[in-house]
Amino acid sequence: MSTTTSASSRIAVGFLVLAASAASAWAAGGHAPYGFGTTPTESELAAFTSPLPDGRGLPAGSGTVAQGDALYKGQCASCHGDKLQGGIGDRLIGGRGTLVNDNPAKAPIKTVESYWPYATTLFDYIKRAMPQNMPGSLNDDQVYALCAYILSEAKIVPADSSMDAKALAAVKMPNRDGFIPDHRPEKFPPVAKSPHQMLGFAGPLK
Amino acid sequence: MRERRMPAEKSGPQDSVADMLREAEDRALVADRSDPHSPYHPGANATPGGRRRFMFGSLAVAGAVASLPGLARAKGSLGSEEHDVPADATKVPGYPLADESYGTRSQFETEVRVRFKTATPLSSWTFTPLQGSLGIVTPSGLHFERSHGGTAVIDPSKHNLFVHGMVRSPKKFSMKDIKRFPSMSRTMFIECSGNGLTEWSKPTMKTVQGTHGLTSTSEWTGVPLRTILEEAGVKPGAKWLLAEGGDAAAMTRSIPMEKALKDCFLAYGQNGEAIRPEQGYPLRLMVPGFEGNVHIKWLRRIEVSDAPFMTREETSKYTDLMPSGKAVQFSFEMEAKSVITSPSGEMTLDGPGFYEITGLAWSGRGAVRRVDVSADGGKTWRQAALQGPVMPICHTRFRLPWQWDGKEAILQSRCVDSTGYVQPTLGQVIAMRGLNGPIGSIYHLNAIQSWLVATDGKVSNVHYY
Repeated sequence: MSTTTSASSRIAVGFLVLAASAASAWAAGGHAPYGFGTTPTESELAAFTSPLPDGRGLPAGSGTVAQGDALYKGQCASCHGDKLQGGIGDRLIGGRGTLVNDNPAKAPIKTVESYWPYATTLFDYIKRAMPQNMPGSLNDDQVYALCAYILSEAKIVPADSSMDAKALAAVKMPNRDGFIPDHRPEKFPPVAKSPHQMLGFAGPLK
Repeated sequence: MRERRMPAEKSGPQDSVADMLREAEDRALVADRSDPHSPYHPGANATPGGRRRFMFGSLAVAGAVASLPGLARAKGSLGSEEHDVPADATKVPGYPLADESYGTRSQFETEVRVRFKTATPLSSWTFTPLQGSLGIVTPSGLHFERSHGGTAVIDPSKHNLFVHGMVRSPKKFSMKDIKRFPSMSRTMFIECSGNGLTEWSKPTMKTVQGTHGLTSTSEWTGVPLRTILEEAGVKPGAKWLLAEGGDAAAMTRSIPMEKALKDCFLAYGQNGEAIRPEQGYPLRLMVPGFEGNVHIKWLRRIEVSDAPFMTREETSKYTDLMPSGKAVQFSFEMEAKSVITSPSGEMTLDGPGFYEITGLAWSGRGAVRRVDVSADGGKTWRQAALQGPVMPICHTRFRLPWQWDGKEAILQSRCVDSTGYVQPTLGQVIAMRGLNGPIGSIYHLNAIQSWLVATDGKVSNVHYY
């Protein structure tokens, strides 16, 4: 019994010596940089567009309401409707004044006109995700033109407008101040004791 | 193979969404009720064990009917291979082991994700069948889906992750690079913030798949986002980052830098293998405890910034409109929630006697500390047993034995998380947030669910608070 123990101790000691001699091969945790990856080229990064609400990141280019009108008919109307009233795609205009509502039977109407807080978002979304069957196919001038047209139909900018980086960032959307920070976790009011709300079945609990 | 068809979404007002979801579920239930393997088949017991008993019974009958050739043919289910069914599997050899294979489930298992047939299947969602869920892990093929431009097909050898913006050295990482970094695994849930959106003003969906099926749990493996950000070197003043998908929607969300450095990670593994295409293959951003849509799939780019980008998804979509007309923005955390998965809506209890009440609880703010179960609509509560190990931000299975006396009962579960937060009643949620339209503020409904057990054993979705 004791022989076995001392034999295994010797093995353990030998192993520790080996481990210590190899320690320099083991990396310490939390080590950076590892040196993996490469540096992207400017043209690789130029392929991405993500504007901020203050207009940083918006590309050069411009487009008018009239140009957007023509583009809309060919590129957008089949999903969003010829009057921007919605279809397969979202309704884009209307709905102002419907957001303040506590009537469970009546739905608020959330559109670019009534709900979207920033016009830069319109450029961003059309540019990368629209039209749905051919995303990324519109050039920057065309996207500016579509922004101008939609904002004009929403009566946010005049019908003779032209949009570019500066003009788009300067647009004040009707619901610009309509958002508040997350207030959760909430402090709930006590559970109502009576009467119970009972929906979906006939009688009270027997 | 069963086909499940759901009615097309009409371009109508918001209140028709709930109606259309209900119609879709009704159609699926017609198929389920005629399927002897479904928990919704009349005569099937509400418990998984009972369901299996029934299944074996039906097989015995099938075997007897097909006694002449000694074989019966079971209808193959999705995700299975169909094999001849012998009357007695001890009397004939089974099918041979293949030299190479990728396993499938039994041909008798029929649970499927069900898609709500939005106008286009490119921007749509599917529900996990929680009614038959066992333990805490969701099979990868049943993990709920929510995609905004279809499922992207990406060759990992050509996929890159770009990290740029307010960083000292912009980076381009191949998948091979990503996998060289020290790895980590975490078992956690992802829940769509729209889970249960039909249930605000009246009980709408009939099954737990419809009311709660937009939550799933997997073991995810990848690399901490902090490691990637440190490799690029975040500049002082950076407060947010944009995560962008490489799909047709180029889905984008802004994430607070504090969260990114705390516990976010980039997953390339799911349940022991590569992440599934519909979950973001080859790379997905994981944001533990935050609403599902920020877990950007097919991740191709991270841009570091001093401000949020105010993308479409964080302004016009995933914001919670209150009756005041103001909308809550960046409502990220998924709060404590639970649901009884069995017995649940549309199941039928097979007479008085013993039933195990079981379900799932979870919280985006921490671990589940306790789950209470009531059989009398919340008048009295009893603490359920939790299946260990209980992990933070992870589905937690609870179980409680129950002796049903055959009288009308209302089953509820109530979760308490490690922050002390108690899952509210629907009445408490509505008193706090109001109802701006039939589906209220749409997102983040985490109220206690009620299932009515009628005297005939039929279980249905009700509101009781």
